[in-house]
Amino acid sequence: MITSLTRRQQPKIPEDRHPFLDQLEQLWRNKTAVAGMIVITLFVLTGLLAPVLSPHDPVDASLYDQLKPPIWEEGGRSSNLLGTDDLGRDILSRLIYGARVSLLVALATVGIGFIFGSLLGAIAGYYKGFLDNIIMRFMDILLAFPHILLAIVIMAYLGPGLRNAMIAIGIIYIPRYARIVRASVLEEHEKDYVTASKAVGSRDWRIIFVSIFPNCLAPLIVQTSLSFASAILDAAALGFLGLGAQPPTPEWGAMIAMGRSHILRAWWVMTFPGIAILLAVLGFNLFGDGLRDALDPRLRD
Amino acid sequence: MLAHIIRRILLLIPTLLGISIIIFFMMHITPGDPAELLLGERATEKALEALREHLGLNEPLHVQYGMFLKRLLRGDLGETIWTRQKVWIEVKQRFPATIELSIAAMIISTFLGIILGIVSATRQYSVFDYLSMLGALVGVSMPIFWLGLVLMLIFSLNLGWFPMSGRLSVGIELDTITNFYLLDALLTKNWAALKDALWHIALPAFTLSTIPMAIVARMTRSSMLEVLRQDYIKTAKAKGLSPGIVVLKHALRNALIPVITVIGLMFGILMAGAILTETIFAWPGVGKWLYDAVLQRDYMVIQGGTLFVAAIFVMINLVVDILYAVINPKISVH
Repeated sequence: MITSLTRRQQPKIPEDRHPFLDQLEQLWRNKTAVAGMIVITLFVLTGLLAPVLSPHDPVDASLYDQLKPPIWEEGGRSSNLLGTDDLGRDILSRLIYGARVSLLVALATVGIGFIFGSLLGAIAGYYKGFLDNIIMRFMDILLAFPHILLAIVIMAYLGPGLRNAMIAIGIIYIPRYARIVRASVLEEHEKDYVTASKAVGSRDWRIIFVSIFPNCLAPLIVQTSLSFASAILDAAALGFLGLGAQPPTPEWGAMIAMGRSHILRAWWVMTFPGIAILLAVLGFNLFGDGLRDALDPRLRD
Repeated sequence: MLAHIIRRILLLIPTLLGISIIIFFMMHITPGDPAELLLGERATEKALEALREHLGLNEPLHVQYGMFLKRLLRGDLGETIWTRQKVWIEVKQRFPATIELSIAAMIISTFLGIILGIVSATRQYSVFDYLSMLGALVGVSMPIFWLGLVLMLIFSLNLGWFPMSGRLSVGIELDTITNFYLLDALLTKNWAALKDALWHIALPAFTLSTIPMAIVARMTRSSMLEVLRQDYIKTAKAKGLSPGIVVLKHALRNALIPVITVIGLMFGILMAGAILTETIFAWPGVGKWLYDAVLQRDYMVIQGGTLFVAAIFVMINLVVDILYAVINPKISVH
């Protein structure tokens, strides 16, 4: 009886939980983030499983099936649920393959921005002084161009095409990553664990990438989700302007541009790709917002 | 304060130089002969040689850049390939249209954005709050070129309420003084033209305003929520002031400080959005002009126009920065 009493009175030892688990729980409780996650999962799955999901070949033109309306409109039919475009291609299939193109573009552009931006930012923040000045001034200059204008100008020189669009958009994302990483590295640089790491003789790159970098991840992850959103928008804008993906690639922006000339006769050709872009971008924005709340309480709005 | 302003203005010089370097070298990293790029494929060998001589394309790169810079300082942006007109003159003709559109979009987005933000903040967690914040998120997630087309489809083509494109209807006379049509119509008391110009600007301005409006609404809401928690607001309420007065007179003034920076930075978003909006609504501004130049590969226009837009953008940012320091004394200027 005595033992049971003492056992009951024993103070509960706080669990030794990794902060990451807390953050994950926070994220899970955040409705915005979960909603975003669902949309993103659907988007990624659609892109990955495009050949399985799409009922038709996305580039298969059929002259007899031009501008057929979606199934619920008069004249619509079950073989083309969302109708066909002016070359008789199935819009639903093109949208599904378009998810794949958007996913690819977003991965490539954010990858370029992330890798080069983080590298430059880490170098600037760690070595400070002259290198920092040169790198950050250059970043400021890139930021001096209004966002998509720089991408359009780069495209003017590189020539149109999906690959060049990825390069152009990737370049405009470098400064934002450089700024975030530089700020975090500057902050972490003063901490004891970095001094300790230096004292045991670690090489600079080891200190930067093994010791410091993992501690800068929170703002980077948030930025990455938001960058995915804007990368999809920017790629679609370039595609719409005829500078990005070239026909017959099923790209959402280019599909809107095609639908523009049939806007009165066939509203569906330009409407559905726009909704697809909106949903995908909304997913990443929702998730980014939720992530920010969960990972970085200081940034909460 | 004055020292801060002077320092910021001096810092403008290296930034502008950097912009000119980037634009200059872009021309030279592209494969092919810059003279041919500038004059187009159909240029004669004689014209090409003359341009090479004029631009010093046979000189080493740093000498070429020096010459490029010298021409820039004289205000010489070169001639367009297709119309053989001074690039500078073309920019000057089109710039007012872009500014007019941007200012209209800015007024719409600031006005509606601040109202949405205030109402959301004072009714936090209400249905209105959720809906307007979801709307704001949808607003920043929407491709504006698509929104423009949808608005055009509904309001111009189906309902016929607004014109589809341009700045004025054919047949409407307007004496242009400043090239800002709304202002010109006011100055000359030309009410028919004013109404027509307003009708033309409505759809493109609204399209352009959606993203900034969403940003302003979110920013106002969060900054308002923060201010409403402060002690002096509680005191004001405890004094028995009506909630309306507390919100509008006491809270809003402080809540707007961070919003002002966002409004300033919006010019970048507007300039970028202007390319897409102007293209859709055939608005004869700098954005459409630059885009047409990209399609026609008129590199003189691309070079000069980009330089112009970037320079304006940097200067606007500087003005915003200075204004911000003036408005908000809490900001340390050192």
